Amino acid sequence: MTTTIAPFPAMRLLRCYVLEARFELLRLMRTPSFVLPTLLFPSMFYLLFGVILGGSKGGGLPASRYLLATYGTFGVMGVALFGFGVTIALERERGLLALKRALPMPPGALLFAKTAMAMAFAATISLMLATIAVSLADVSLAPWQWLLLFVVSVLGVIPFAAIGLLIGTWVSGQAAPAVVNLIYLPMSFLSGLWLPLSMLPDSISAMAPVWPSYHLGQIALAVVGGHGEGVAAHVGMLVAVTAACYLLAARRLIHLDQVGSG
Amino acid sequence: MNSNPSGPLAELRGASKRFGHSIALDGMDLSLRGGELTALLGPNGAGKSTAIGLLLGLLRADSGRVTLFGRSPHELAARRQIGLMLQSADLPGASKVRELLELTRSYYAEPLVMAECIALAGLDGLLERRYARLSGGQQRRVQFALAICGRPRLLFLDEPTTGLDIEARQGLWRAIRQLLAEGCSILLTTHYLEEAEALADRVVVLNHGRIIASGTVQEVRAHVSQRRIRCVSTLVPEQVIGWPEVRQASLDAGRLEIIADTAESVVRRLFAEDSSLSELEIERAGLAEAFLSLTREAA
Repeated sequence: MTTTIAPFPAMRLLRCYVLEARFELLRLMRTPSFVLPTLLFPSMFYLLFGVILGGSKGGGLPASRYLLATYGTFGVMGVALFGFGVTIALERERGLLALKRALPMPPGALLFAKTAMAMAFAATISLMLATIAVSLADVSLAPWQWLLLFVVSVLGVIPFAAIGLLIGTWVSGQAAPAVVNLIYLPMSFLSGLWLPLSMLPDSISAMAPVWPSYHLGQIALAVVGGHGEGVAAHVGMLVAVTAACYLLAARRLIHLDQVGSG
Repeated sequence: MNSNPSGPLAELRGASKRFGHSIALDGMDLSLRGGELTALLGPNGAGKSTAIGLLLGLLRADSGRVTLFGRSPHELAARRQIGLMLQSADLPGASKVRELLELTRSYYAEPLVMAECIALAGLDGLLERRYARLSGGQQRRVQFALAICGRPRLLFLDEPTTGLDIEARQGLWRAIRQLLAEGCSILLTTHYLEEAEALADRVVVLNHGRIIASGTVQEVRAHVSQRRIRCVSTLVPEQVIGWPEVRQASLDAGRLEIIADTAESVVRRLFAEDSSLSELEIERAGLAEAFLSLTREAA
């Protein structure tokens, strides 16, 4: 028996994606343990190190300008890693992922929703940092630089979302926050997001290109520095990281299917 | 809309599934027909979740065939005809009930209007509440609302009444009977055999990944010829338990209750040893006894 089934209008399909994203955003906005660290830490650190203690130079740029780029990167990483890594791990463990997959949810709606949510948070962080930079640190950039920095922040979500997704498919919900922090914080430091690499030991700056966060940081720094040096290579690295993580996460999800829960 | 309305809505044909070295499902055949409630019973680890996982497209069969509305369960168009309530699924606590409902309704072509969902599942006044702040029973009702909001033709209910009080359970039974009357088909798994007895048109008993009995409740009950004997007597269970043919003896609300292979010889001896015996009742043992004896035999 084959059943004839009425087609599902494209507009209705679009509505699924929009609602999924809207409710994911609302849900996380109501979760203080997500909102407070991801939104406040980048601004707090920038205020402290870029504005109050600022004045020194990093990589040829004033600290307030250098750290505007790197704390922006730090913030983007945070929302993407936590927004994917922790939420996916929890949803997997609590059976919500299985329920969503069994329901007629359009494919990719969950991924789309989480990406949109992380981008909205990244945009907010970028605007908060820009506000502090202009009002308190006298940073002046050309309009195209502001715009490009904003775009880099929003699109910068994608590679770290992929890394977060990979983490989320591997670790338990309980372990996920710790695992994410163990990757997030050291990686930020080692990529020169907290302090310019020029102030860190040579061995650390030599190793920095290993970290995906280094490449996003360098792109943001190229924007505030007004040059385009090496940007293509950094983008290439991030694209490669994104593809590899999505692929590994997809394989892991298929494997989980085969193991099942009994 | 069926080209063949009498055909099965969902079907497993010789479906097998192993996880590592253990066989979860061993060549299972099952077909779910329109307007029927099928209860899938079995002890923990019998393969119930695996069977449901295959039908929902959450798992892939190692061999055999799985169809949902004549298609692969991995097709969205097939799954738009189903609704489900999974026991293990914990919904996001920070979402409001209204949001959960609106989102799930958006997945379906012709969902129920909100007011109908609210009425059927008993969600009055809960729409603006966050899921995490609801009681266990209210959360179960939200899950039920999500299961039925898409106007499914086939509904999967996995332990739907676990943790509900009697009143809430009967409310859910009423809603289930209403859906059945409207032509919806239901696959139910439950630990409460009285639930299967009250609702099921058909019972399928699984053990070690195989079907060990299936049929109507009466047919499955008939697998055991045991009788339940109840009476008011001065005899105590300890005296009776050693008699030939007696399987169980207990005291229930002041009455002696005996499960025996046949009633006649036991009743004769009861009268012989206690002439004051009164209020004698004899009936065929229920689904619970049938289930226990079936799964014990197969073990």
